[in-house]
Amino acid sequence: MKNHIPHLALFAALAGAAVLQMFSPQLDDYAASILVLIGINIVLAVSLNLVNGHTGQFSLGHAGFMAAGAYASAMVTLSFAPVVAPAGPWAEGALFAGSLLLGGAVAALCGLLVGLPSLRLRGDYLAIVTLGFGEIIRVVIQNTESLGGARGLEGIRPYTNLFGTFAVAALTIYVVACLVNSTYGRGFIAVRDDEIAAEAMGIHTVKYKVVAFVVGAFFAGLAGGLYAHFITFIAPEGFNFLKSVDVVVMVILGGMGSTPGVVAAAILLTLLNEGLRDFEQYRMIVFALLLIVIMIVRPQGLLGNFRGWPKGKAGA
Amino acid sequence: MQTRAALLTGHAWCVLLSILILPVAGCKKAPTAGQADEIVVGEFGSLTGNTASFGQSSHKGVQMAFDEQNAAGGVLGKKLRLVVEDDQSKAGEAATVVRRMISRENPVAILGEVASSRSLEAAPIAQQNKIPMITPSSTNPKVTEVGDRIFRVCFIDPFQGAVLAKFMLARGWKKAAILMDVKQDYAVGLNEFFKDYYLKNGGTVVSEQSYSSGDKDFKAQLTSIRATQPEAILVAGYYNEAGLIASQARQLGLNVPLLGGDGWDSPSLVEVGGEAMEGNFFSNHFSAEDKSPAVQNFLARFREKYNEEPDAMAALGYDAAMILFDAMKRAGTTEEGALCRAIASTKDFPGVTGSITLDDKRNAEKPAVILQVEGGKFRYVETVMP
Amino acid sequence: MDWGNFAQQTVNGVSLGAIYALIALGYTMVYGVLRFINFAHGDVFMVGAFAGLYFHRWLKPLFTGWPAAASAIVILLLSMAFCALLGIVIEKVAYKPLRQRSRLTVLITSIGVSLLLSYGAQLIFGAAPKGFPQLVANHTISLPLGASVTVEQITVLLVTLLLLIALTFAVMRTRMGLAMRALSNNPTAAALMGVNNDAVISFTFGLGSALAGAAGIFFAMLYQAIDPFMGILPGIKAFVAAVLGGIGSIPGAALGGVLLGVLETLVVGYSQNIGIPSGYRDAVAFVILILTLMFKPTGLLGKSEREKV
Repeated sequence: MKNHIPHLALFAALAGAAVLQMFSPQLDDYAASILVLIGINIVLAVSLNLVNGHTGQFSLGHAGFMAAGAYASAMVTLSFAPVVAPAGPWAEGALFAGSLLLGGAVAALCGLLVGLPSLRLRGDYLAIVTLGFGEIIRVVIQNTESLGGARGLEGIRPYTNLFGTFAVAALTIYVVACLVNSTYGRGFIAVRDDEIAAEAMGIHTVKYKVVAFVVGAFFAGLAGGLYAHFITFIAPEGFNFLKSVDVVVMVILGGMGSTPGVVAAAILLTLLNEGLRDFEQYRMIVFALLLIVIMIVRPQGLLGNFRGWPKGKAGA
Repeated sequence: MQTRAALLTGHAWCVLLSILILPVAGCKKAPTAGQADEIVVGEFGSLTGNTASFGQSSHKGVQMAFDEQNAAGGVLGKKLRLVVEDDQSKAGEAATVVRRMISRENPVAILGEVASSRSLEAAPIAQQNKIPMITPSSTNPKVTEVGDRIFRVCFIDPFQGAVLAKFMLARGWKKAAILMDVKQDYAVGLNEFFKDYYLKNGGTVVSEQSYSSGDKDFKAQLTSIRATQPEAILVAGYYNEAGLIASQARQLGLNVPLLGGDGWDSPSLVEVGGEAMEGNFFSNHFSAEDKSPAVQNFLARFREKYNEEPDAMAALGYDAAMILFDAMKRAGTTEEGALCRAIASTKDFPGVTGSITLDDKRNAEKPAVILQVEGGKFRYVETVMP
Repeated sequence: MDWGNFAQQTVNGVSLGAIYALIALGYTMVYGVLRFINFAHGDVFMVGAFAGLYFHRWLKPLFTGWPAAASAIVILLLSMAFCALLGIVIEKVAYKPLRQRSRLTVLITSIGVSLLLSYGAQLIFGAAPKGFPQLVANHTISLPLGASVTVEQITVLLVTLLLLIALTFAVMRTRMGLAMRALSNNPTAAALMGVNNDAVISFTFGLGSALAGAAGIFFAMLYQAIDPFMGILPGIKAFVAAVLGGIGSIPGAALGGVLLGVLETLVVGYSQNIGIPSGYRDAVAFVILILTLMFKPTGLLGKSEREKV
């Protein structure tokens, strides 16, 4: 029996995003910018959740995919916006959407490049290798002058608005939900629970792991593009390991494998972040304590149905 | 396994949470600017982090100017309120804090920053939001090229690079090595302009190496430089790395003089570099040994207020604030267009760091001084006119 | 071929490598006994450096008249002891409750501990780098081939070697070492044989952390500036070194550390000759990690392990 709820939910969300956009001139600038950040974090958290939570592949390099998407989409708009701008706001909107998709594609390619060699690795080794890949992406960008090098890219057009952000967020949730409820989802869960048994059952673990990485990376790339056109300045330093950890905290707090959980966590943590801005010194300490306490006391996070990997699994 | 019920619950949660966001969105646009009887000015700088010395010095200079002005009755009959944001010396933070400052406080003008990279980040935002921005000490020419609402009160690197090159050649050092910080626009620009003048006037660059802000180990680059036997080394970067570079160079037996730009100006330079720093030179905006009454007066007041010696960043911060007040008075208003025109037409303003006139590119043409590290202090060597 | 340049780069690389080796020893010991990656190890290294700074400041008045070497040794031992204590406390509070859980859970927790340590240090000490005092008078000694080495570099190399020998002796010849090896082989059987698992684990953590603390002091001596985030990158690189040498193997960690230090320095030193910008310095470690795990996952000196289903 076909489940129509996800499709209806998607339409509702897109409509909601459009309505929000119409109201945006009424909104306080600061509140609007927080909403955009929330949207971007939702995309990041849900996409990482696909890899970490649903498929059990612990990835610490998500910021690298975000960076790839951010730089790719920024380069596109920086090069073509002067040409397209005179054609009006709809043309610019199309350019922006195109650049986001390109950013996502580049990030997905990176996801493929990262996923393939990492396939034989498990658990903590996989985590460190993905961290390494994330750092390599960052270092490559840092040393590429045409991407602005270590000094970053500035003057990016501020195309990101509330509609764009929440449309992408809704799309991300929709795609991940559909994927998880399909045969792919069964494959992901099989890989997560016991990879060796899954192989023995004839499940192509390679295929599922790669799909998870690539799709997760694609959406991280979209988030990166949104971010670049929001802050208007990106530097490789902003996509380092600590940024990956930010997203990991959201996924863990929300509950690995639970989409509504990570959405809630993304919202809560973004708000917490802003609220603690005046106490910047304490912010990361709060996050760190949160991480430690959650892992000890409630590893399934807020809404997760996942009680941590079985002992003995993961790692050589 | 996600059952239908679970799926429903999941999506219901999402909808519920989205509703929670609405109260945040509910904040209507705040009425513009604070109370009607005060003028709000924003300042952003690196108060913490790798280049904390810059932000803190600059802020002290700015704060002193504000306090003195308020004590004298404010400007245009209103009190001045300074809003300060810290960008933690991090790339990306400057853009974020300036954005926040603009949307929350709606200042009439922004002062900042010392580091050219971070000024470059924030300038497009100020330009777009129609808020004049004055940078006290960013020397990279690109900063004012961002737009006609961006100004600076110091000299620019084409001049500073040439000053250093001229000095090297005058001392007979015709073979130079370069060690440059690729993470900072300031350093990359300074290097380019230095080479421009140096190579055209008989110098040769025997080795060009690079590093990143935050690096601790420079022995590999210094060893390569050592093999090319330069007569002097240009260290284009900020004070922390400069100190470490000096110390490691001496450890490797590389005893030639090191030269730097105003990015070296900080007490941390000798704290980190120690004895290895002795005898090295750098170009700067002013010298504390300058006997002119303006400088001595400033030094005395600064010492009294903060119980420490000011450096160039503090002096420039002070000058930037004073020029802003002067422009407000001349324009008779804080309205953006008039204020910008007033700042742009600043002529012969008697600053602590010299007489300041803004040219048509909104930069200031001012002399530079060369200082030498001696006994842990910065001793004046000579002045170079533009 | 400029042998002088090469010799000097190698000397630099070996002294950097010695520091990686010291940190890697701690990683490999903890992994060998407990089978998990302690992300917070790099931050214990940072704590060691800060401990050295503050011990020096507080105890300087007591040291007047002492030879520099003696006071340096005292500070080193004090910092090592402090770090050992810190390591034991971290283990008891954060890792012990998770002993029955999977390694990934503990890895995540250790990331949390690492962040806590670095940001906690930033809160207490401020983010600006601090200068580290000259503990031992530093002369430069000339070597053949035009290279030069400083007294500090020689000290670091010698002490690392000493610690390595002492560690190998401890693991191979003492009862505690025997207990550690038994525990790493099979914790249940070891407990049945009368080994006090908790005590052995605490000892392992303490020892590893003490070594990291020593590495911190040496790093501070060689590079003169310390800041709260100095441990993150060296920590990850030391882990790579441990993997390169064979995780769980003590000589492997030392070998891996030195190799990594030399490779990194040579890439930066010859960056213009080989066309790789010196900014890729940090990527060297990660590329080595990926290559090692893809082609020889057990490392240079490690043993193969079967994964039981």
